[in-house]
Amino acid sequence: MTTKHERPRVLVVDDYPDAREMYSEYLEFSGFEVVEAVNGMEALQRAIDSAPDIILMDLSLPVMDGWEATRRLKADERTRSIPVVALTGHALAGISEGAKGAGCDAFVTKPCLPEDLVREIRAILDERSSGRKMSVKKSPRGGKYARRVR
Amino acid sequence: MRVSIERDDDEAPLAARVRLLEGLVGRTEVADCAQFALQWLGEVAGVPQSVCLIRPNSEHALFVVGAYGMLGPAVTSYTVSLDDWSNPLVSILAQRTPIFFARAHATADRNRRPSTPFEDAAYHALPLGAPGVSDEAFGLLLLGDPGRRVPELQWFTIVFSQKLDQILRYQALADGDQRQSRERSLLTSIINAVSDPILLTDTDGRLAIANARALTLFTATEEDSDGRRRAVRMNTMLLSSALSSKAIEETGASRRELLLVNPTDGSDLVFELLSTVTEDSRQGTGVVSILRNVTDLRRASEEIEDNYRKMRVAEVQARGESDRLNLIIDSVADPIVATDASGATSLMNEPAERLFTTPARASADEQRWVQTNDAHFSSFIAGMLVRADQRRVGEIGLVDPKTGEPMPVEAIAGKIVSEQGELTAVVTILHDRREAIEKAKLYEQLKRASDELERKIQAATADIAQQNELLRRQAIELEQASQLKSQFLANMSHEFRTPLNAILGYTSMVLQGLGGPIEPGAKRQLRRIESNGRHLLTIINEILDISRIEAGRMPLQISRLRIPDLVTEVKAELEPIIIRSKIAVSSQLDKDLPILVTDRQKVKQILLNLLSNALKFTHHGNVTITARRYPRERAVTVSVTDTGIGIAPADQEKIFEDFRQLDNSPTRAYGGTGLGLSICRRLAEMMDGRITVESQVGKGSTFTLTLPVKSAGGRR
Repeated sequence: MTTKHERPRVLVVDDYPDAREMYSEYLEFSGFEVVEAVNGMEALQRAIDSAPDIILMDLSLPVMDGWEATRRLKADERTRSIPVVALTGHALAGISEGAKGAGCDAFVTKPCLPEDLVREIRAILDERSSGRKMSVKKSPRGGKYARRVR
Repeated sequence: MRVSIERDDDEAPLAARVRLLEGLVGRTEVADCAQFALQWLGEVAGVPQSVCLIRPNSEHALFVVGAYGMLGPAVTSYTVSLDDWSNPLVSILAQRTPIFFARAHATADRNRRPSTPFEDAAYHALPLGAPGVSDEAFGLLLLGDPGRRVPELQWFTIVFSQKLDQILRYQALADGDQRQSRERSLLTSIINAVSDPILLTDTDGRLAIANARALTLFTATEEDSDGRRRAVRMNTMLLSSALSSKAIEETGASRRELLLVNPTDGSDLVFELLSTVTEDSRQGTGVVSILRNVTDLRRASEEIEDNYRKMRVAEVQARGESDRLNLIIDSVADPIVATDASGATSLMNEPAERLFTTPARASADEQRWVQTNDAHFSSFIAGMLVRADQRRVGEIGLVDPKTGEPMPVEAIAGKIVSEQGELTAVVTILHDRREAIEKAKLYEQLKRASDELERKIQAATADIAQQNELLRRQAIELEQASQLKSQFLANMSHEFRTPLNAILGYTSMVLQGLGGPIEPGAKRQLRRIESNGRHLLTIINEILDISRIEAGRMPLQISRLRIPDLVTEVKAELEPIIIRSKIAVSSQLDKDLPILVTDRQKVKQILLNLLSNALKFTHHGNVTITARRYPRERAVTVSVTDTGIGIAPADQEKIFEDFRQLDNSPTRAYGGTGLGLSICRRLAEMMDGRITVESQVGKGSTFTLTLPVKSAGGRR
């Protein structure tokens, strides 16, 4: 696992304090550095300010919701490369698609145990770090799929 | 009696006698002779008035042939009938004695005297007859009284009578000859005029007399043809044989048939032979035969017989036809009446009889009705006869004589006209209108009922439309309610999850010792919190699934699916449970399993459910995942077989119902919401698949998911 920081930095965006603090506490306990935000607008600011390695984004947020925030993150040159893990209690169909459409890299449904979340984050970060090496290996598969669709 | 010619006693009488004789010698006519003689009597003998009457040969009366000194019709038209025996003049003829009638003085004298031109004057009546012959006198000489004796009178009467007798005899002789020849030619022409052959033959058949027709049959000359002569010979032979046989057998008239040959053309002639034997003292016995040609008669009789036969046949045919016609007319249910040109009924069939005739024991009412009917019908026919139309259709208000009910009939009448254009009959057919009227009534009722029904249906339809509208609104409301419910459930689920997330998270962190060491007792209690929290989460998830499926908000996410990959994945996901349950899980997968094109997530959810169920209900033995392909059915099956507690056959369907777990007690031994299999079945059906179960209590169960194999493009 390679990061820009000493410890991998996670931006946890959630308006529900119990959830936000629980994940923050566990992430810190698990060796991550945590930056918090309570709404989408704040999340954008923090993402630019603190340049996190990964963003954990609740979708139902006041001021600016998670979808909008993600779209803006992905539209911003400075934050585009940061993986966004959408986290929501909504389980209706279309939610995860909407999240993917907005640019989320992963989708996790609440309730999610802290340890499970950490496992997911680690997996993504690992894939990211090795992905650069594996990207060459992965591309033919995508190409093949694209060809078949066409 | 006194004689007046006394003066010329010597000489004059002789000269006078010569004058008379000389005058009479040259005369041949009776009247001429009489006139001369009477003149001589008057001028020489001095008889002032005289009349001479002679009886002609064929007459039975005396006619005036001459008169002297008298004139006028009283003389010329005077006659004396010889049949009047009471007349004294008639008796003079027979007795040949002269009578003197004196002058009549009284009526009694006149009545005794015969009426003469002399009237009351005196006169002499002298008979005139042939001298010496005892025959009756042939005439009378009536002389007016000269008033004196006439000496020459006796001599005159003798000479005059002789002369008249001579003339009359000559006349009679001449008349007789003439008559005979006339009669003969008349007879010949008569028998010749008869078209039938007539012959007189002697008893040997030799021809004595024959008429022209007979001659053509029985005579021939040398100039005639051979055929004719032969025919004549044959005819003569046939006739004589017929006559001879007849002569032998009978006397008197007889009839028989005689076949002869026509000498002219050789054809057969049939005659009826009528022959009579005549006896004549001078000529001897002869046979008179009359042949009557019956050839035509026989032909005619044959023809008549033939015609009669034909007529009989025709009559039989006509009768048969008439019978058939009657049968037809009688078999027609409608009354038929034929009337002649005068309007009198000539024929009617049985139905008509029921209307227009009364049976023997008809009631007074019945008779009255029949009379009424008759009157109505007669007036209809009268109207028909008056009109020029060939046909007439009308309605007559008759009455059923049996019941007295009104019986309106439609009358269709047609005139039958002879070739000469003369009206011979009127045929009328009556059609009972009651049924039609009844039908029309029924139809009217039916129509009313139908209209009523239609109105009701329209009302009902409107009602239904209203109901439908109501239902539609209700459906919309229900839809909205369902949407709201789903939204509500989704929101609730979100609201449930957020705190549950914290509960589970913190519990996990406490158990991991993040907040410092914990007592073993507290740890046990925390684990209870954790397991109940998880259970609550499962319940929330499954309720959410059901509501999503019901709201139709769980669309299929089609992708390619390799069964072996999925099996590995499912086993990996349940690894912790597998390890904890200490049950061996193996898989038996067919080679060359097709790649499925379906919703991977849902298949995975089903398999996870089936496998976790198997692990949950199995305490000993093992669990096997089997995948098989069925190319023919274009299907694959994925089964999970366990050696667990099993399901009784009666319960095998119940387990797929919502919120079903066989043990429904509050403290049931196995966790779970009871929604798992219900969700699995619904998911399988969404993917055109199905889930089935085979199980034996105590031995184990096999749950099989069957999915169709579809090509990748099939779903696009």
